[in-house]
Amino acid sequence: MTTLLFIEQMLNGLQFGVMLFLMSAGLTLVFGVMGLINLAHGSLFMIGAFTAAAVAAATGSFVLALMASLAAAAIAGALIELTIIRRLYDRDHLDQVLATFALILIFSEGTRWMFGSFPLFLDVPKVLAGPVTLPGGIEYPAYRLSIILIGLLVAAGMFALINRTRVGIRIRAGEADREMIAALGVDIAKLYTFVFALGAALAGFAGALVGAIQSVQVGMGEPVLILAFVVIVIGGIGSIKGAFVGALLVGFTDTMGRVLLPQIFALFLEPSAAVSVGSALASMLIYILMAGVLVFRPRGLYGVT
Amino acid sequence: MKLRSAALAAAMALAGATAQADVKVGMITTLSGGGAGLGIDVRDGFMLAVSQSGRDDLEVVIEDDQRKPDIAVQLADKMIQSEKVDVLTGIIWSNLAMAVVPAATAQGKFYLSPNAGPSPLAGKGCHPNYFNVAWQNDNLHEAAGAYANDSGLKNSFILAPNYPAGKDALTGYKRFFEGELAGELYTKLGQTDYAAEIAQIRASGADSVYFFLPGGMGISFLKQYAASGVDLPLVGPAFSFDQGILQAVGDAAMGVKNTSQWNKDIDNATNAAFVEAFQAEFGRLPSLYASQGFDTANLLISAMGKADVADADAFRAALKAADFDSVRGDFAFGDNHHPVQDIYVREVIKEGDIYTNKIIATGLSKHADAYAADCKM
Repeated sequence: MTTLLFIEQMLNGLQFGVMLFLMSAGLTLVFGVMGLINLAHGSLFMIGAFTAAAVAAATGSFVLALMASLAAAAIAGALIELTIIRRLYDRDHLDQVLATFALILIFSEGTRWMFGSFPLFLDVPKVLAGPVTLPGGIEYPAYRLSIILIGLLVAAGMFALINRTRVGIRIRAGEADREMIAALGVDIAKLYTFVFALGAALAGFAGALVGAIQSVQVGMGEPVLILAFVVIVIGGIGSIKGAFVGALLVGFTDTMGRVLLPQIFALFLEPSAAVSVGSALASMLIYILMAGVLVFRPRGLYGVT
Repeated sequence: MKLRSAALAAAMALAGATAQADVKVGMITTLSGGGAGLGIDVRDGFMLAVSQSGRDDLEVVIEDDQRKPDIAVQLADKMIQSEKVDVLTGIIWSNLAMAVVPAATAQGKFYLSPNAGPSPLAGKGCHPNYFNVAWQNDNLHEAAGAYANDSGLKNSFILAPNYPAGKDALTGYKRFFEGELAGELYTKLGQTDYAAEIAQIRASGADSVYFFLPGGMGISFLKQYAASGVDLPLVGPAFSFDQGILQAVGDAAMGVKNTSQWNKDIDNATNAAFVEAFQAEFGRLPSLYASQGFDTANLLISAMGKADVADADAFRAALKAADFDSVRGDFAFGDNHHPVQDIYVREVIKEGDIYTNKIIATGLSKHADAYAADCKM
């Protein structure tokens, strides 16, 4: 493989990782701060994508579509937190899994009822269509480059929010000891709603960004949800930094595994066998990575011990 | 005396005709989740034919397999044991078909496949009670390989998901394609990001790309391919260019050549009536899946007119005769109960605001599958 191709694949890994970070940031905060397993996080991703597709179709503006997806996912998140999730904090994880799984079904079938079973159309904005030439002669899709930039900006924003603001202090305090922070007079219910809506908005935003280069269809959130869980387990539950590092690790491992493994096996196997063994192993690679991390760091890379 | 026995025989024949048992059909198909568009089209096509026939001795039970093999197996058991269906149909995905069909046919049920056609069921694992009304999985890909030769392509990069139909797809393409392969890849089933694969395509020096990525996978691939700036010609089977997903792909699909056994412009009266009735009933253009569902139901109805489902041998012979008006024009089964049919090359065009396909050539005519010789029944 040439250096150029290698760099291009690293960019692909970075882009995938950044997208996973948007998805896992909310998941890890909700799990870390509220102790809640939210399987319906993938549905918020889907809501973001569908809202963006509907708004883009109605107005023709991609920026408006992105704004709408943020707003719609945040509102949906706040609503389900106020009506359903709130009742689950004191229950055990199994009840939470059951209830949020029910939410997946409700959101999926509700979306099907509103938008039908066929995928919707959402295209990248005209300015970002097509490739740009990077230094060194790499042709890279402009839109993917923008996803990388936006994702890194959001990540920086999240770090600032958690580490530099009063809300961030409260979130970290809530993670450490929620009874104590409530006793100190912080309105914990409001804080929870805010954290949940923030996580939902990020998931919806990721859905809208990715929807433009993927298929906007019912059930699109669940495969990403599984990856997001892998990310937060690797990174350490509750840690934004962990989610970021975990997301990039998963992004690079998955992308490079898909590219390199078949080629490595081709060195000592016949081509067709190498392709099938390599592909099969590549799809397992991130789970192997997760298992490996858990062996040495049972609470994840940045988990609180 | 002679007269009396003749009358008696006639009366018995009549009684036989009126007492013919109702036919109960169990349809297991994908109605929720990512692959739902395909199952819904098969169901709608099937039920359109059932309602057009106006028969009240045909009952259809429909269940959703959620694209999961374990659920499909449970549903099949339930339909066979408690619903007591005579005929099963509906499965979209080859991995589900492999889980359900052999067990169902072994229990003496008929299975009419409106979509999945995995190679084992066409060859060594064929069964007298299994009929495939759509195609053997390899067929459309074989036609694509033949088309690639005709259009002078010499060096293809090929990719498909890592599951039975994906392997059948690339095998089928390679069986007919005479050029070199610049690369061959199996992707994860349900994969949504193809950046790594597209980068490999760009670096491979290929002159064309052949891809089999049904449903949402194809939408993702086409959009990302269009954004990547790689402009090698694409060839694919109809599964990434069916009516249900073209609108979601948009301009990225324009002009792509794809192979199909059906299109809405096949010129025969049955097809014209089908396209019109489907549009009137459901408010959308039919896809090839809908056409397959429609043909499957009409095949079943034609067999019901000839034989009693309780008489398995007669019913099987009636199915094998395939004495119905197919939307594909001529339709016949080969010895392994898979279609022998023409496969066309289509091009994605825009009619007004709607993206659709137009037939531009016949890829393979009277084409049978490659596994028929292995089938002993």
